[in-house]
Parts: sequence; structure tokens; C-alpha cells
Amino acid sequence: MINSKYFFRGLNSIKGIDSPAIALGASFIAIGALLKNLGFTIQESIFSTFLTYALPGSLIMAESMFIGASLINIFIAVWLVNARLYPMTVSLMPLLLHKSQPKWKYYFSCHFVAVSSWLIIKDNYKSVKKKYRIDYWIGIGVATWSIAIFSTITGYLASDFLNKDILIGLAILNPIYFMCMMLGAMRTLQVSLSIILGSTLGTSFYFVSPEWCILFGGVIAGTIAFFIGERK
Amino acid sequence: MSSAVVSAILITSIATYLSRFFGVISSKNIKEKSKIFRWFNCLAYSTLAALITRIIIFPEGDLSEVGYTIRFMVILISILLFFITNRNVVYPTVFSAFLLSFLNYFF
Repeated sequence: MINSKYFFRGLNSIKGIDSPAIALGASFIAIGALLKNLGFTIQESIFSTFLTYALPGSLIMAESMFIGASLINIFIAVWLVNARLYPMTVSLMPLLLHKSQPKWKYYFSCHFVAVSSWLIIKDNYKSVKKKYRIDYWIGIGVATWSIAIFSTITGYLASDFLNKDILIGLAILNPIYFMCMMLGAMRTLQVSLSIILGSTLGTSFYFVSPEWCILFGGVIAGTIAFFIGERK
Repeated sequence: MSSAVVSAILITSIATYLSRFFGVISSKNIKEKSKIFRWFNCLAYSTLAALITRIIIFPEGDLSEVGYTIRFMVILISILLFFITNRNVVYPTVFSAFLLSFLNYFF
């Protein structure tokens, strides 16, 4: 089963001074308030964060429902915006794989792949023995997931007290937090180039296709950064 | 819970889980030190960077109501604060929210 020592170590990883809890919580407070304003019940709001746990996808689902989009349109829009989770998972799981660990842990814990948890594990995995990294990861995932659910409830209940300026302030927290985490991750040429080119090409491709810009920009930028990094 | 909302939530969660699920399947035979792992690592960072930049530059929802000048000012000051505070991520993050609310209220 899950090694409790490493699980709790992962759970505690959100307690540090650089904890993502504030930014993550603020973002889900905003989404809780948004879901309330769009007419979702509190159960539906909790259900959404519980099952999806990916902020851009939840936002798109809520806004698509609001304009009456069909289920197939919602599926495609969400899949496109969350396709980034695929390379994130592929670049994470080999770090956690150990032959002594059961497969279900990997299929279960991939639900926790999200920007905050991914950046935490990428920063800390070397400090954990490979055999127990999956338990440590499950701890991080449960911690960040719980914050997201708790914050959705808080945002939903507090929505009447949150004015426009506060919601705007909450909306900038998450991108700024992720941006700082990415700046902190720029330690190798490959990663630095991936981030710089990803930002530049992702933005440029928006003018060609707003739906595909993240995927196209990201894949081309990452591939260029990979080849330049490999030549050095 | 209304069935339309439940269906939308289920569809959203399936569309999201699919990428994660196929990520686990694809990673089975990928070694930590292999070239393909490094390529996927680059793709992960670049798609994330593309997403974050898109959220900041072409936002949807509440952020879209804030002008470009104010948004860029907040971003630049946050980056500066990040380096001044010895790469601490919490100070610029919290400060950015207060600064944006303040600037948006007065300008």
C-alpha cells in the first residue's frame, strides 16, 4: 500500500514558505465564485473540481455551458486546452516508476497532474528514494487537490462578498505564481529555451488559431529547444 | 444536480483524464535519462509557458477587463520582486493581486 512516511512528507510539501497553496487556493476561490454566478449548485461546483482538477478546463466548461455549447464542443475545447497534461505526465512518470510499486498507483495518481503539483514534484523528486517517489507524489497530489476542493467551496460561499476588484486580483495570482515558478525552473539551456520559446511562439500562434496556439506553439517551441540543447 | 450540468462535468473530466491516462501509458517504456524523456520535458515546459503567457496576454473572464498597460506593469514589477527577494515566489504572487486590484480601482 502507500508508505505513510513519504505520503505525509508529500502532504506537508505545501506548508513551506514557497507553498503553492495561496495561489492555487485563490484561483479556485475565483472559480467557485464564477460557478455560483453561472448558476451551478454547490454540489455541482465541488463535483467539477473533484473530477476535473484542472483550472483552464473547468473555466472553459463553465463558460461553454453558459453560451449553450454542445457536449462534443465542450469535449474538444477542454481536450485541446488540457492536452498539455500529456507531455507533463510523460515527463513525470518515468521519474516515479519503480517495479515494486503496483500499477494502480500510477493510473490513480495521474489525476493529480496539474501545474502546481507538477512543479513541486519536479523541484523535489531527487530528495526522495525512487521506490517511494510515487507515495510522495500521491501526498503532494492529495494536498493540492484538497486545497482546490476546499477553495472552490470557499469561493462559492463567499461569492456574494467578492467584488469585481477582488476577483480581478485573485485572477492574476495563479499566472504570476506559475510564471515565477517557471523563472525559477530555468536552470538548464533546454528548459530555459523551452520556456522562452513557448511563451513567444504560443503568443504568436494565437493570431493564427486561438484554440490551437498552446498546442502548436508548445510542440514547436519544445522541439526547437530540445534540438538546440542536445547540440550543446 | 441537473443532468445537463452533470453531463458537462463528466465530459470535461473524461477529456482531462484522457491526456493524463495516455501520458501514463506512453511513459511506460521511457527511461529517465533517454532523449525522448528530455524531449517530452521540453514539450511540457514549453506548452506550460504558452498557456501561462496566453492567460496573461489574452485572458478570458475577469482579467480581460484590465488594460494591457496595467497588466504589463504588474507583471514587470512581480518579476522584479521575484529577483529582489532572492527568487521567492510567494511575495510577488501575493503582491501582484494587491497591486492589480489597486491599479484597476484607481485607473
